[in-house]
Amino acid sequence: MATVTAEQVEGRVVETLASFGPDADQISRGSTFEELDIDSLDLVELAQVVEDDYGVVLKGEDMKELKTVGDAIDLIVSRAE
Amino acid sequence: MKRRVVITGLGAVTPLGVGADVLYERWAAGECGILDGAGACTDFEPSELLSVKEVRRLDRFSQLALVAAAEAIIDAGWDGGLPLDPLRIGCIIATGIGGVQTIELQHDVLRDRGPERMSPLGIPSQMPNAAAAAVSMKYGLKGQAFSVASACSSGAHAIGCALRMIQYGDADAVVVGGAEATLTPFGFGSFNAMQALSPTGISRPFDARRDGFVMGEGAGMLVLEEASAAAERGARVLGEVSGYGSTSDAYHLTAPEPSGEAATRAIELAMNDAGIGADQVDYINAHGTSTQLNDAAETAAIKRALGEERARRIPISSMKSATGHLLGAAGAAEAVATVRTLQARIIPPTLGYGVPDPECDLDYVPGEARPLVLSNGRPPTAISNSFAFGGHNVALVFTGPRS
Repeated sequence: MATVTAEQVEGRVVETLASFGPDADQISRGSTFEELDIDSLDLVELAQVVEDDYGVVLKGEDMKELKTVGDAIDLIVSRAE
Repeated sequence: MKRRVVITGLGAVTPLGVGADVLYERWAAGECGILDGAGACTDFEPSELLSVKEVRRLDRFSQLALVAAAEAIIDAGWDGGLPLDPLRIGCIIATGIGGVQTIELQHDVLRDRGPERMSPLGIPSQMPNAAAAAVSMKYGLKGQAFSVASACSSGAHAIGCALRMIQYGDADAVVVGGAEATLTPFGFGSFNAMQALSPTGISRPFDARRDGFVMGEGAGMLVLEEASAAAERGARVLGEVSGYGSTSDAYHLTAPEPSGEAATRAIELAMNDAGIGADQVDYINAHGTSTQLNDAAETAAIKRALGEERARRIPISSMKSATGHLLGAAGAAEAVATVRTLQARIIPPTLGYGVPDPECDLDYVPGEARPLVLSNGRPPTAISNSFAFGGHNVALVFTGPRS
């Protein structure tokens, strides 16, 4: 599989999260899921998108540790390598 | 002594438009919201009325409920904050079927892409209590919140349940109603297979030419408050829920028991509960589905409950002639229209009624709206009937403002 860049992942994650409710320009690497009103159900959907796009399987225990958008991007990028 | 329960807010989304006033005014003006054999809420644009998150997380039936509830809550003057302890405010939102659109979509995903691709929102969107949960969360209502389901009498059962909840003292206010959104392949396919839907696509209750119901969608919501608490906060009172009666036919899955015996009893129970006699009933908002069996059985029940003589003098009309049948939302949306009727004292007509049926021989308010006539200065009073597949019968009594 071709290497995925952090920028690509960030773009996809922001786009996906924005489709769940928050404005895209409100979302940055430092945003916490709590302040974006992104909950565990949203993160399951994000994981499904990530698996479809990057073949990265994220389980419940992986997601539990995630606090910020940056945490999610870093995890996806590290798993995709 | 029973605690009294007043109505302080109304809301509706129906095929006649978004709002309780548009529902009542268009129906009273003789306008029909049925198009191509269905009563769709074509003016309802979820993305304009709800947040992105709400649209994504809620099945259409809950979206309809949330918008109608917002209207009722604003109408009650609650938009600046809840007037009572949130733990004393309940929320009951009925649905006959629940989130069938969600089930259909997720079943497609299950079949085409496998179970691991199903949305985590599948169950929480389709569950029948999803609308009550959404309204409770949005407004912070912390009393009892749940759904009730009894097919086409669901909305009326919800109101009866809310009435008792307040009367018994388990709540001081309840946001209550019904919602339904089944204009889907499953909905049309199933009802068509039963031969319940009108092949001509015309809803003309009580007319000899009636040939089935027209399926609609929508929501009706009411804010009910214990009367003294409402008076204390200076609430504007729109009317009162004064009686509730409910029985079951124990007869057939879909057909009403033809003599209307249990339905009669439901009407009698509601009148007894309200402490009124047949001479105090000024209007009947009929279930009137436009099916052969319902309209004949309902007519028989009205005659038995009120006495033939009196029944002939009471104007009876069916909102389903203007909106189609809102199924689990019907009893609630029709309650909204009934309260408005008692406020305005103008009775909307049964649209499309033209050819009398010997089995339906009462005054169905054909043609156009007419004034509600009162005899002796007492407040105007109406019965609203709801009957359902499963043989469930509900009658509610509403009382309007004295002047």
